Amino acid sequence: MAVEASRTSGILPASAPAPTAASSLPRYPALWLLALFLLILPAFGSDFVLIQLFGWTFILGMIALSLMFLGGYGGMVSLVQMTVAGCAGYMVAIFGTSAVAEISLGWPWWLAVVVAIVIATLFGTLSGALSVRTEGIYTIMITLAIASAFFYFTLQNYSIFNGFSGFNAVRVPQVFGIDWRAAVPFYYLTLFWAVIAYLAVVYVSRSPFGLALQGTRDNARRMEALGFNVTAHRIAAYAFASVIAAVAGVLLVWHGGQISPGTAGVGPVVDILIIAVAGGMSRPIGPFIGALIYVLLRTFALDVMEAVGLDGKRFQLLVGVGFLLIVLFSPDGVLGLWQRWHRRFLAPAAPPARGGVR
Amino acid sequence: MIRTLLAAVAAGGILAAGAAQAQDKIKIGVLATLEGALTTLGEDAIRGMQIAMKQANAKAGGKTIEVVTFPTNASPDSAIRGARKLVEQDKVDILVGPVSGSEGIAIRDYSKTQPQVTFLNGSSGAMETTFVTPSENFFRFNMDGAQWLAGLGKYLVEEKKYKKIAALAEDYSFPYTQLFGLTLEYCQAGGQIVEKFWVPLGTKDFGSIIAKLPDDVDAIYLGLGGGDAVNFFNQYSQAGGKAKLIGGSIMVDQTVLSSKGAAKRLAIGVPSAGPQADVWDDPKWQAWVKLYQESFPPDKRFTSPSLTGTAYYNDFNAVFQVLNAINGDLSDGHKKFRAGLAALELDAPNGKIKLDQNRQAIGTNFITEVVELPNGDLVNKAVKTIPNVSQMLGLDPATRQKIGLPSRTNPECKTSY
Amino acid sequence: MSRFIERHPAWALVAILALAFLLYLVLATWPPGLEEVLGRKRVFLTALINGITLGGLYFLVASGFTLIFGLMRNVNLAHGSLYLLGGYLGYEFANLTGGWVLSLVIAFIIIAALGMVLQFTIFRWMEGQDLRQTLVTIAISIVLADLMLWRWGGDFYQVPSPSWLTGPVQLPLVTAVRSSGEAVYLQYPLVRLIIFAGAVVIGVLMWLALNRTKVGMLVRAGVDDRDMLSATGVRVQLVFLGVFAFGAGLAGFAGVVGGTFQSLQPGEDTKILLASLVVVIVGGMGSIPGAALGALIIGLAEQFGSVYMPTYAVVLTFVIMVLVLAWRPQGLLRGS
Repeated sequence: MAVEASRTSGILPASAPAPTAASSLPRYPALWLLALFLLILPAFGSDFVLIQLFGWTFILGMIALSLMFLGGYGGMVSLVQMTVAGCAGYMVAIFGTSAVAEISLGWPWWLAVVVAIVIATLFGTLSGALSVRTEGIYTIMITLAIASAFFYFTLQNYSIFNGFSGFNAVRVPQVFGIDWRAAVPFYYLTLFWAVIAYLAVVYVSRSPFGLALQGTRDNARRMEALGFNVTAHRIAAYAFASVIAAVAGVLLVWHGGQISPGTAGVGPVVDILIIAVAGGMSRPIGPFIGALIYVLLRTFALDVMEAVGLDGKRFQLLVGVGFLLIVLFSPDGVLGLWQRWHRRFLAPAAPPARGGVR
Repeated sequence: MIRTLLAAVAAGGILAAGAAQAQDKIKIGVLATLEGALTTLGEDAIRGMQIAMKQANAKAGGKTIEVVTFPTNASPDSAIRGARKLVEQDKVDILVGPVSGSEGIAIRDYSKTQPQVTFLNGSSGAMETTFVTPSENFFRFNMDGAQWLAGLGKYLVEEKKYKKIAALAEDYSFPYTQLFGLTLEYCQAGGQIVEKFWVPLGTKDFGSIIAKLPDDVDAIYLGLGGGDAVNFFNQYSQAGGKAKLIGGSIMVDQTVLSSKGAAKRLAIGVPSAGPQADVWDDPKWQAWVKLYQESFPPDKRFTSPSLTGTAYYNDFNAVFQVLNAINGDLSDGHKKFRAGLAALELDAPNGKIKLDQNRQAIGTNFITEVVELPNGDLVNKAVKTIPNVSQMLGLDPATRQKIGLPSRTNPECKTSY
Repeated sequence: MSRFIERHPAWALVAILALAFLLYLVLATWPPGLEEVLGRKRVFLTALINGITLGGLYFLVASGFTLIFGLMRNVNLAHGSLYLLGGYLGYEFANLTGGWVLSLVIAFIIIAALGMVLQFTIFRWMEGQDLRQTLVTIAISIVLADLMLWRWGGDFYQVPSPSWLTGPVQLPLVTAVRSSGEAVYLQYPLVRLIIFAGAVVIGVLMWLALNRTKVGMLVRAGVDDRDMLSATGVRVQLVFLGVFAFGAGLAGFAGVVGGTFQSLQPGEDTKILLASLVVVIVGGMGSIPGAALGALIIGLAEQFGSVYMPTYAVVLTFVIMVLVLAWRPQGLLRGS
């Protein structure tokens, strides 16, 4: 019952355009408008909008972006990305400072952050190495199991991870005389890294490595025959994605000021997949759109549902049904909906987005 | 794309955040767990809040009270997110919550960054929330997990004559805290805790752990809760277990006693302790239970209020009483309001409650035993009340500080500390 | 078996010695030295039998999961939700009618019907799109979880078992000898033994059905090469429908079983799903004997873990999984 190499192409819904390097170019003027909007947002957005809506969106978007990179370009749907972020967050708390003085080592923030990113990247790469030896769809199961293992380990281990309680009072450092915990600096901090991550993914997807990776997604056997080391490419992809998730994890622990096992529990792990899929796995901007929708829902769903007379407690049902509808009718997420709409009404002559490597 | 984004943003009405608030209105934010394993407790917290609101007719100190709720899932992350939304977006004046321990610590930390808001703990019972680095604007009108077992240690030694016990409890901070309270008192009274078994939270299969429990002890203390407690009772009766049992505060509460199935009958006669008892002949308590039962249809509530329901009810009453006393005047940066809270002696349905210098409750604790009502319902009946239980647990402050915080191994069982 | 001995004489010797030692541990009266290492014999024996019986429950859940995966490549992440729903329904029927065995059957039938509906209305249309099917199952699990929370709330439910099933029985295994020379026999919950026997019977029936009947032959052929099977003119969709129904029904059946000796509550769906995932990853995805072996290993690991290293008992199962992945990525009982 060997898994046919051709099966892996089924990892992406057949009706969805597989992402290709060419389709990642920011050719819409809307993107430039968006950039301008994000840059001047602090001029009129409240602290809450800056940190809790957009800061959180950028962080979740980065984690989902790392999943989009693996899933969209590499055909590997990894559920371990949130765990990598959680691992980085934990390491910042352990090597840096927190209220748990018996464990936290109190290293200078820059050293703690670098070490955290290195360790989380190693963890993510190792998880990748374990899961890439099996084919396609197995990845989702194996990474889910690894993510749960990490969750249970942090829950039970007190000497390093402080168990159930985790770490609180993990503060954003003050650097260059700026208090990065304040709303505007923290907003720009998250925006900066989100943009860096976005550009990095766009750049890598067009590099020879990225093209080869897309080749392994579309036909691993052929790439093997052409002399590419498919396993090595996949592990390298995990390493790259892990760096993005790790950076996001550092921002995440600063954002919340604390970290505990639930931060990377099964719920958040699946949420990241929902964000990436709902936003759209075909372009790097998709995860950020998905993250914004998710954050808005998480924050305002109860108010809105109660305002229109629904039972606010059925929030999860709303998320579930919404996700089901997207997966059933628009496999490429909100991005796909938008593109279809755009194509039909605004630019009937535009060529379809599909093309390239295939 | 920008248009969609802007539309989404505008739809949320968030760009117009923080519209000027009318002076005759006070906003209270409420955090409660409405997702995940503690959902039933969060729902009862909401009930407690609703009853208090209805009783006060949504008015206090001449001002209209408006409540905004945010659901959490018992994780500190969700509590922080909820607090940020309520404080920074909805601009609440007062925040009540959360339900569970780790959330409480996170909210205590957050309260330090928002000095303009007054925080009242919901029902969370972690010791360090007020014991270590307390926050000036964070008030807790419920006792912590160690206080909840006050009186039980002496009761076990003196009344029950249990000289030697073993403990089986879930492996996280709340059971550590509870056993902390029990150990200090029980061991000083001459009792001995010979062995402690920590099982991971969410253990389903107790079969092998049950076999491991020692035979040569007088009783076994159970620091489990919720589904774990139900599973234990079920499997213990299947294995034909016969030892005498002692319950922590959530081992034999209504969430367990009203579970569906026969195993809970093992709980009949089990002694326990906590900040309230289902059956207590105090008229104030009985009035509260009656009010609770009349406010909601039987299928939308517990048989009698849970400790979260009572805790949130108490919090709102404390807020209303102080607001009435100061005519709803919060314009001085909550100075009068906070002074009022700190000095308040709340005549709560579950006994008198006042605050210590860390703004932590000194309250009444109850020794209970599970009894069966004629209709077959199981309830906790008060057999003894312990007034004025403080976080010092009967020790002088220096000794109490020296013992430190609860963990798997702390404190040791000693006859004097 | 004899082939195995011929091909791997050294491994066979190790296996036989280990088995003999295990038999000694189970049957002999323990000398004091052994008690120091392994604790009281009662604890060891109970953990051993508990592990085996827990494995029985895991097998019931995981075999349905692995069957569906093996044939349809559908990673049904809603399998745990079907388990929980089956358990709740079983509780309702057992409470209403008082028939425990009947509630098992009814839970099986209803959940099987639900599985059929899912396969017929949704999965049939996305054949070959592995990821999309998996995503749909995630969405279904979220929806089902909230619907169940709506209907049954956050309370804890136990399926009432008949009185002849409650309480312990005495097993003919000596745990200790009193100073008076009187032997102490092991007391063990009857319900767990019955459930284990049920799991074995179902496992054997499944093996027979797969290996000795025409339908089983079709299913096996489908697992090996689906395209070839449909090319031979077999109505593959019908086979799929049947297998999905059976796999889902097993989950519902297991829900009642699990609800009898454990409890049902929100969150149980995720836990049992994770257990099945680990079981099939260890045993080999798509393989029924693999599910049996995996279930046994994980059940034993959990129980011995809970006795000898309680802190990391849950983590132990995942460690086993990672070791298996590193050594045999395709699982223990699956040819690559």
